[in-house]
Amino acid sequence: MPVDIESVPVAYSAILPMLLVLGAAAVGVLVEAFVPAARRRVAQVVVALAGLVGGLVAVVALAGEPDRLVVGDAIAIDGPTLFLQGTLCLLGIGAVLLLSESSLDSSGGDIVSSAAALPGTREDLRLAESQGVQTEVYPLAMFALGGMLLFPASNNLILMFIALEVLSLPLYLMAGLARRRRLLSQEAAVKYFLLGAFSSAFFLYGVALLYGYAGTVDLGGVREATLLAQDDDLLLYLGLAMLAVGLLFKVGAVPFQAWTPDVYQGSPTAVTALMASATKVAGFGALLRVLYVGVAEVRWDWRPALWAVAILTMVAGALLAVTQTDVKRMLAYSSVAHTGFLLVGVVTLDTDGLAGTLFYLLTYGFTTIAAFAVVTMVRDSAGEATHLSSWAGLGRRSPLLAGTFALLLFALAGIPLTSGFTAKFAVFQPALDDALPLVVVGVVASAVTAFFYARVVVLMFFTDPAPDGPSVAVPSGFTTAAIALGAAVTVVAGVVPQPLLDLAQSAALFTR
Amino acid sequence: MDDFPWLTVIGATPLLGVAVILALPRGRDLLVKQVALLTSLVVLGLTIAMCARFEPAGARFQFTEAYDWIPAFGVQYAVGVDGIALVLIALVAVLVPVVLLASWHDADPVEATAAEAAAASERAVVARAAASTGGGSTRVATVEGPPAGGALRPGRSVKTFFSLLLVLETMMVGVFAATDVFLFYVFFEAMLIPMYFLIGSYGGPRRAYASVKFLLYSLFGGLLMLASVIGLYVAAGDQLASGTFNFLALTQLELSTTHQVWLFLGFFLAFAIKAPLFPFHTWLPDAGAEAPVGAAVLLVGVLDKVGTYGFLRYCLPLFPDASRELAPYVIALSVIGVLYGALLAMGQKDLKRFVSYTSIAHFGFIGLGVFAFTTQAQTGAVLYMVNHGLSTGALFLVIGFLVARGRTRDVDAYGGVAKVAPLLAGAFLVAGLSSLALPGLSTFISEFLVLVGSFQRYEVATVLATIGIVLAALYVLLAYQRTMQGPLNPVHARMPDLKGREVLAVAPLVALMVFLGFYPKPLTDVIEPAVRCTQADLGFSDPQPDEGEGVESDAPTPADCQTTGER
Repeated sequence: MPVDIESVPVAYSAILPMLLVLGAAAVGVLVEAFVPAARRRVAQVVVALAGLVGGLVAVVALAGEPDRLVVGDAIAIDGPTLFLQGTLCLLGIGAVLLLSESSLDSSGGDIVSSAAALPGTREDLRLAESQGVQTEVYPLAMFALGGMLLFPASNNLILMFIALEVLSLPLYLMAGLARRRRLLSQEAAVKYFLLGAFSSAFFLYGVALLYGYAGTVDLGGVREATLLAQDDDLLLYLGLAMLAVGLLFKVGAVPFQAWTPDVYQGSPTAVTALMASATKVAGFGALLRVLYVGVAEVRWDWRPALWAVAILTMVAGALLAVTQTDVKRMLAYSSVAHTGFLLVGVVTLDTDGLAGTLFYLLTYGFTTIAAFAVVTMVRDSAGEATHLSSWAGLGRRSPLLAGTFALLLFALAGIPLTSGFTAKFAVFQPALDDALPLVVVGVVASAVTAFFYARVVVLMFFTDPAPDGPSVAVPSGFTTAAIALGAAVTVVAGVVPQPLLDLAQSAALFTR
Repeated sequence: MDDFPWLTVIGATPLLGVAVILALPRGRDLLVKQVALLTSLVVLGLTIAMCARFEPAGARFQFTEAYDWIPAFGVQYAVGVDGIALVLIALVAVLVPVVLLASWHDADPVEATAAEAAAASERAVVARAAASTGGGSTRVATVEGPPAGGALRPGRSVKTFFSLLLVLETMMVGVFAATDVFLFYVFFEAMLIPMYFLIGSYGGPRRAYASVKFLLYSLFGGLLMLASVIGLYVAAGDQLASGTFNFLALTQLELSTTHQVWLFLGFFLAFAIKAPLFPFHTWLPDAGAEAPVGAAVLLVGVLDKVGTYGFLRYCLPLFPDASRELAPYVIALSVIGVLYGALLAMGQKDLKRFVSYTSIAHFGFIGLGVFAFTTQAQTGAVLYMVNHGLSTGALFLVIGFLVARGRTRDVDAYGGVAKVAPLLAGAFLVAGLSSLALPGLSTFISEFLVLVGSFQRYEVATVLATIGIVLAALYVLLAYQRTMQGPLNPVHARMPDLKGREVLAVAPLVALMVFLGFYPKPLTDVIEPAVRCTQADLGFSDPQPDEGEGVESDAPTPADCQTTGER
């Protein structure tokens, strides 16, 4: 039987940001094939940055246009989409800058040139010191970013799944590319892949059940089905729960957070920065769209569950971070705690809460990327020195770097006059009216997080340096630019947050 | 000149100084110090000019400015001063130059001896081990010798030290000048950071422990206050046209007593930790003992006043019913603080902890005065805040000079110092006598006012607090006797007396204590109208209004208390 497939009109201008980024990724693959090895790295960086800057420009150009659904109602071009896509392009630029840093490691980069070598073998040891660089990481990062741009824009659950896979697969691979500590890195990649694949399966099963319930995979269609809610909603709730497993896994919410510390620690730090900032932004974007557009009408049924997840996430993230002795693991658990704070903004389910969440995502992304950038600079003979004890006395030797890190930590702790405080205020205040217990837990968890951030500051500034401690490598302009960008946003969004808050407020409306 | 933004200029001047200091080339430490001192003197000059223009009988808040800061949250940059804030800002302006002078060499790089270098590397090893369990450092060592870390300690930057002090001055002016509750909260929290670094980077042997304890206690209190601040905003949103953080608008709210009690507790705990009131005081002896002398003066002299100022300015007017309801409990805590602080001060072997405990006793008196709800007691309490800043500031400075010479904070290591350093001993005696409220020195008047004013309402509590005066005489004179009198410890036979710079730092404080001891009228004239407004917010009148000191005539009606000096 011939299937009559209806072709849908594609509004190319509306999806231009995604086209540009994915196009840059495709060009990157061609560069890999045709440009001579000596010039490949430069070409890749130029292509990637051009794609992201182009995407950003396209987003800005789209900002004035009315909200609409395009490509057969599968993609929503509205305030949250554009706000998050713009954020993602900026964070992507930061991440690419970190990836292209070549002067920190003696061998010319933190990305191993052949990730398939078995850890501990002679080949592996040779690779650690060889000058070979591997440039496939740029197209991989661009594909991941392309998927991330699509993820929060998807108004159709099948498309959302595709975006999820497009963003996840390159990340699984990139997690295993660290030049040093290969075993940790490979473990991270395998762990991330297995758990990620598992959560994708949950997501897909959820989509299937929701299709069974609503007869469509359009979020608008799901919403209409919930309006006619029947007594037998089992399909809806099972489907939604499984969908939520997939999404909450990506943003690192408890009880799906177990992968974060291992993966954050094992991945090359530049890749960790990308995961901690951009993946979180994209994941929350998709979560927000599903909740606001798809199932907002039955909110009373799922909100208690999300409350519980938010409380667990804040408490577990804050408490587990206290016992960490590795900077990257500490930042990983702190990112779990921040996921919890963000969920407080999500459950509010009104315009103020949405605006607060968008603002939080933006400021948190920049602070995080800069924090991981600082981590890449503190090194000893074995690569990055991430054990906290080796950070003792850093403030004495490199006051500027340690001062910047302290600023970022204070922002993560939510001290006033930094972006972290404004952001927390922006998500907690709308939640006060009907989610007071969440805010109370959030405030207490903030106090706990302040403890371990302050502990790092103590180590850096108030402890004498260890005689054989790590040194601070002199970075090229790339890393410096990424740190400067993150720190600048952190300060500006803390001292004069109004323009950004206005922007988030004006973007805080989903189209249906 | 009425439109001149006095408060903003006074607050911003230290930041300007910081910018200049940071722009200076490396190695010009003397110039850094001179710029810092000059900046603080400019601030002092501006503050004096502002005080001269303040009209005690005028509007409640003067020199007001208000601009939208974060309209999305309803937050304004709104500043203005009443008499209470004015005298505290003046205290800040006086203390900062004194502190800068006194701390002249505190951040200088120190040559380490071989033994100290070895000790430092050992400490680093311990720190590495401790890193996993928390920012612990080595256990108590009372030797305040130069903490070593190699031949020259890098990182003890003179620039940073003086910049931090100036940034702190900005924050302190801001916290007293804010009339927007949110802005107040921002300064209240942001103020912690420079102090945290001052204690942690430039403090004594247990500095890491003390600084983290200080930061966490204060942050925790601050978060509780934030919850109440937001609660107020929500209540304002329900009752007024829109949510607001404006102080005067918030005093108009009609809240149920239960509601008030909860919000009151959020503010109260933050301030009680800050002040600190018994039993929230345990961070102060550590922080006070480990902080470098200059920072300790500002910590106890000004930062802690934010707590008592907060009681008077925010707790009472915003939550009158809750304040009346809970006042007996606060009074009880205050009296316990007076006696407890005095008893522990007597038992201290560590000179800086000694001063910290005397302060806890004094904060008890201030708490008593604030919550006695009489004009006399509250005026006395505000006066006490200023005088305590002067007298404890002087005491800390003198003890700092002593410790810098003797290299230990242990009381028993001294003795007979008066024989070799008469000026030092004299300054110690005056500061100490002021601390025990000897008539003729400024603290006497404030303590007397607090006790007389409180007796009208809380007789038993006041009688008990009076015992604190006797104890004060004991602990001050005992400390003086142990360090300055008696046989001279031969180790200190060559102890030099106060130098010109040090005399210059202490002299203004002593002069002010004596002057205000005989003529406190300039201060009381300014404080009384503001206190009466607080009383009006509370809905309280004095028990015997006709026993006031001729101030009934110019007492403002409650309507005046709602005005600001905007023209």
